[in-house]
Amino acid sequence: MIAIIDLGIGNLSNVKKAVNGIITDRVKDIEKADKIILPGVGAFSAVMEKLNPLRSVIIDSINRGKPFLGICLGLQLMFESSEEGKGKGLGIFKGEAVKFKNVRVPHIGWNSIIKVKESKILKGVKRGEYFYFVHSYFVKPEDREIVAAETEHQGFRFVSVVEKNNVFGVQFHPEKSGEAGKRILENFKAL
Amino acid sequence: MLAKRIIAALDIKNGRVVKGTKFKNIRDAGDPVELAVRYEKEGIDEIVFLDITASFEKRKILFNLAKNVSSNLSIPFTVGGGIRKLDEIVQIIKGGADKVFINTKAVEEPEFIKEASNVLGSANLVIAIDAKWNGKFFEVYVKGGRVATDIDAVEWAKQVEELGAGEILLTSMDTDGTKNGFDRVLTRAVSAAVDIPVIASGGAGKPVHFLEAFNAGADAALAASIFHYGEFTVKSVKEYLQKKGVNVRL
Repeated sequence: MIAIIDLGIGNLSNVKKAVNGIITDRVKDIEKADKIILPGVGAFSAVMEKLNPLRSVIIDSINRGKPFLGICLGLQLMFESSEEGKGKGLGIFKGEAVKFKNVRVPHIGWNSIIKVKESKILKGVKRGEYFYFVHSYFVKPEDREIVAAETEHQGFRFVSVVEKNNVFGVQFHPEKSGEAGKRILENFKAL
Repeated sequence: MLAKRIIAALDIKNGRVVKGTKFKNIRDAGDPVELAVRYEKEGIDEIVFLDITASFEKRKILFNLAKNVSSNLSIPFTVGGGIRKLDEIVQIIKGGADKVFINTKAVEEPEFIKEASNVLGSANLVIAIDAKWNGKFFEVYVKGGRVATDIDAVEWAKQVEELGAGEILLTSMDTDGTKNGFDRVLTRAVSAAVDIPVIASGGAGKPVHFLEAFNAGADAALAASIFHYGEFTVKSVKEYLQKKGVNVRL
């Protein structure tokens, strides 16, 4: 069973449909789940209240090897902090989310990804395939080893996919990226 | 590189798709979910739903619309139309929409933009601007194009960006429904004034019009009747654009 964590805002029915999981904000469900997805719509600090009671169960689950996927804000929450607002991220990876500068912000629309390492989550994704992005902040991991793919926006390259062992994060919305996005979620489901 | 987006607009009244020409003469063109799914298959990048139902049950209507669409669609969509409360915005997002647009309420109470973007995140908040050339400047209209405000659309665009809008849906009332092409002057003026993405709207009649909108600085171009009545397919418009060197998702 896949637990899709509900942080209060945003509808998770697309994610639910794609992976056949349950939408929950309960510690028990997350404990029982085989896999965890942390989606995210909204502002960084706006979800803190919902995230706080779930921190330890998420971290414990990851440490025990459960596959974990962060989507959009969910990816940013995997890091330590964000320029967007107050509150602490989950700190799974070192680094922070920062705002785009000198390019059109938000980065909204369909963009392609450039794979930079072999990746389980990107298996079967063709070169030049498009994914749907909608965000103003991007992550800056301290450890470059976790970067699986990058995306270019007006000449600026940012990290769009991270991957380390059982932990994955994507800046785009696979649940909103048509067929290409479904493949990502299926890859996660098949882990 | 970010692809230029082609967006289909669906005007919804009482659960059905309608499209006005110059905001009048509404014709019925079908079921919103059915049309949205058809567009996704054709390769549309995004869909905007404008709900023009006036009702005390607005919240529920918007929620149900978003919910029905989201359970059938796997591309992004935006919902708006007569939104006045934060609670309505939350309902739309909870229903499954990706973005919400507001128009009149933002003009009446600019601080509302800040409030809404604090909850949603800027990226999910679109400000719709309806503008018309008044001989001196592009004037902002509200209440579905019925009321002039004496506000300069270019100045207003800058202000909404500052207040936290993530995108501007820019409709020219002069070109809307004419099928003679987007308002390039308005599109260029607003795109140059802000850093957030601008969606050009009003006037699409053939593929070359999209090219013109992108050349004028638009990040996305929105159309309704050109697609609804099958005059051109989304794919044929995109193929044309690709041939002209525009980066599109095909």
